[in-house]
Amino acid sequence: MASERELSLLADVRPVDFEVLEDGKNVFVSPVSTLESSPSSPEPASLPAEDLSTNSNGPKPAEVMPDDDREDLFAEATEEVSLDSPERDPVLPPESPPVITPVTPTTLVAPRMELRSVTAPVIFDRSREEIEEEANGHLLDVEINVSDPEKVGDGMNAYMAYRVTTKTSLSMFHKNEFSVKRRFSDFLGLHSKLATKYIHIGYIVPPAPEKSIVGMTKVKVGKEDSSSAEFVEKRRAALERYLQRTVKHPTLLQDPDLRQFLESSELPRAVNTQALSGAGILRMVNKAADAVNKMTIKMNESDAWFEEKQQQFENLDQQLRKLHASVETLVCHRKELSANTAAFAKSAAMLGNSEDHTALSRALSQLAEVEEKIDQLHQEQAFADFSVFSELLGDYIRLIAAVKGVFDHRMKCWQKWQDAQVILQKKREAEAKLQLANRPDKQQQAKDDIKEWETKVQQGEKDFEQVSKTIREEVQRFERERVKDFKTVIIKYLELLVQTQQQLIKHWEAFLPEAKSIA
Amino acid sequence: MMQEGSDDGPDFLSEEDRGAAEALPVMTAGPSRCSHLKKPSRERSSRWDMLRAINVDLQTDAALQVDISDALSERDKVKFTVHTKSSLPNFKQNEFSVVRQHEEFIWLHDSFVENEDYAGYIIPPAPPRPDFDASREKLQKLGEGEGSMTKEEFTKMKQELEAEYLAIFKKTVAMHEVFLCRVAAHPILRKDLNFHVFLEYNQDLSVRGKNKKEKLEDFFKNMVKSADGVIVSGVKDVDDFFEHERTFLVEYHNRVKDASAKSDKMTRSHKNVADDYNRIGSSLYALGTQDSTDICKFFLKVSELFDKTRKIEARVSADEDLKLSDLLKYYLRESQAAKDLLYRRSRSLVDYENANKALDKARAKNKDVLQAETTQQICCQKFEKISESAKQELIDFKTRRVAAFRKNLVELAELELKHAKGNLQLLQSCLAVLNGDT
Repeated sequence: MASERELSLLADVRPVDFEVLEDGKNVFVSPVSTLESSPSSPEPASLPAEDLSTNSNGPKPAEVMPDDDREDLFAEATEEVSLDSPERDPVLPPESPPVITPVTPTTLVAPRMELRSVTAPVIFDRSREEIEEEANGHLLDVEINVSDPEKVGDGMNAYMAYRVTTKTSLSMFHKNEFSVKRRFSDFLGLHSKLATKYIHIGYIVPPAPEKSIVGMTKVKVGKEDSSSAEFVEKRRAALERYLQRTVKHPTLLQDPDLRQFLESSELPRAVNTQALSGAGILRMVNKAADAVNKMTIKMNESDAWFEEKQQQFENLDQQLRKLHASVETLVCHRKELSANTAAFAKSAAMLGNSEDHTALSRALSQLAEVEEKIDQLHQEQAFADFSVFSELLGDYIRLIAAVKGVFDHRMKCWQKWQDAQVILQKKREAEAKLQLANRPDKQQQAKDDIKEWETKVQQGEKDFEQVSKTIREEVQRFERERVKDFKTVIIKYLELLVQTQQQLIKHWEAFLPEAKSIA
Repeated sequence: MMQEGSDDGPDFLSEEDRGAAEALPVMTAGPSRCSHLKKPSRERSSRWDMLRAINVDLQTDAALQVDISDALSERDKVKFTVHTKSSLPNFKQNEFSVVRQHEEFIWLHDSFVENEDYAGYIIPPAPPRPDFDASREKLQKLGEGEGSMTKEEFTKMKQELEAEYLAIFKKTVAMHEVFLCRVAAHPILRKDLNFHVFLEYNQDLSVRGKNKKEKLEDFFKNMVKSADGVIVSGVKDVDDFFEHERTFLVEYHNRVKDASAKSDKMTRSHKNVADDYNRIGSSLYALGTQDSTDICKFFLKVSELFDKTRKIEARVSADEDLKLSDLLKYYLRESQAAKDLLYRRSRSLVDYENANKALDKARAKNKDVLQAETTQQICCQKFEKISESAKQELIDFKTRRVAAFRKNLVELAELELKHAKGNLQLLQSCLAVLNGDT
């Protein structure tokens, strides 16, 4: 029976928390094992819920359900707590928000991607914007800080541990404020898990900060100089930004892996993230294969929107890279300016010392002091240039790469669909041949085959449409975030520039009377 | 340099005139007309019109007034139009102009240095050779790279480089002019015959640049001189004043050299930062025109801000260059000239002492006494003459130096303030617009 087959597909589903969020206040958790046990309700492994919006339409039943059973499951789910109702706590928000009748997860996500056919991601047809708007205030109720980098261990096995502090009022977390210690590979591990789960169905998963073998080696070796301190600080800030971006994403916020990362004190070591590990090499090989595939897939783009957007992102990518390069040059030159100003200050001080006219000597010493202060200003400004402006640009260049990745996955999805169609056609032809040859024994098999592949084709089409839909929403969200981000950061940067100028004015105003007083 | 000319002012002015001198226009601030510059790839010649520049306001002002009224930049030569106004009887006319090149300035300077009569004076340092090579190279590179950048970028960079060329040109004219003004202001040097020829003779002076042989001779002369200088400086001076001056000048000269180099580096860095703002502004502009979301207006406004702020930063760099770097460079040269004066004096002291010893020897042997006496007399007179004028010169040097530093430091601070305030206003108004938008 198809359902059995369905079940088999889900055999490797991992038990996962099953939750529901209502206005971000209530968390509804139920053991998933019950899900699996109920024969009529196979469920995808991780079921991150999403904030239910004011839209009382509720989640539409999943369209992607090839199996009747499944459809039933979700049809039920839209009404009330389904499946495991006996085991679940009643989901009744105290304030009874005007909205949400559906108590069940609004977003279901396929489990870790297997090489077999993907269990369809079931995403309820809810306007993402609505969800976000309504939940905006609540989603932002997660504040993440990455702090206190600490060196653990010695020699080449040493690593930096960072404290990740979460402050939240969302009830899906066990506490309101908690912190854990994480190392860099943990972050990479988190990203890797999220990427596996979400990218192929169209979600833009924020990329993790990049590895740096050189930087880390310096830290490990124990060089206590300013460049390794700078490196650690840069990494700390990048990790913080990474987590903040991730939790801003409504879907990713629900993910149990993310929660585990933020909450649990012990985390299994993510060895697969090591660059030179077996998994790392496999990743590289896959990436290369992907690149080749991308070139060979000629997609019949029926939707002009996607083409347009891809082009836009290409352009944006180019422009951002150019700007990023310019800003990096600026940082470099400002550092040079700072060094040269400091050198000049010293030289002016020496000159002042050797000047035998007292008033002039004093004025020159004052000049030296002013220049020293200005050198400080330049240093601070260079740091601001970098940490505020340049890093933002770098982040967005990587984010756009992630966006492009999502578009690529859509292409792959489409390819899969097309391939399924081709095979279906072949199976049909085979069956027709068998019929002519009058081989009843094999005919049954052929008919089964056809049925199987028809299903796959349907599934493929649904998957593709789902991915396309998700991408549309994701891109819109991304654009909104981008606009906000850039505006905030640029304004912040300009304010820093204002401060620098104000300080400059202060210093020169202090010097002017000294200069005038040279007799 | 340009400060130099007007620094002569306070020196010789009476109290009442001093106020007027301060208000005189300084060369650097004077605008200069320039004809439209041709495309960088072709060799350019441009005429620069300098307005009334340094006015060396001396009591004997009407007697001799020199300035460079015009300058022409050709291939690898710069032609200066030296304009003189004089009521002195030495000259045929009251007002006249000649065209001179850099080599002729050098010839004049060298003739002063070689003149024994002027051994007791600080010879105004020769102006540095006009050097447009770097600027020309940049313009050429720009011309070659024209295809690789957008039209706006190209225009922007071209304007910048042209401004740079103009600035260098103005500077070299100013430095040549300052040299002439210093000579004209000096009570003794202004009477020099060579100087009058330089000012009046309207044909080519046929002063060729030194050929290889002469350059080699110069090189050896310098080596001998510095070796000698070391020996001579070992002689302790009887006069406290000069002893002090010598120690002071040696140290001062070295430190000014260092400060001048560091100041140069600093102003160049400043210019680099300004250039970066330019590129960032262009990138932001491109982002703004391409973006489809409402952030495009935002980008365009910020791009505009960067363009404007860049101009200010470039001005800061230029002003620092003018008021600080050039000041230090000039005093580097002046302090060298002062050192040369001290050397000549020490030399003459050594000669005097040697003559004394020779005289004693002659008297002891009773041979050639008269000759030895005459030599000794000459040396003595020479030494005393030099000492006397040197003392005055060094005192004047100090006064000039203090006044120049004061003027430039004050102007530097005022300009820095002006630019910082301008920048601040730009940033604040931009922020107001951006915040209002969002």
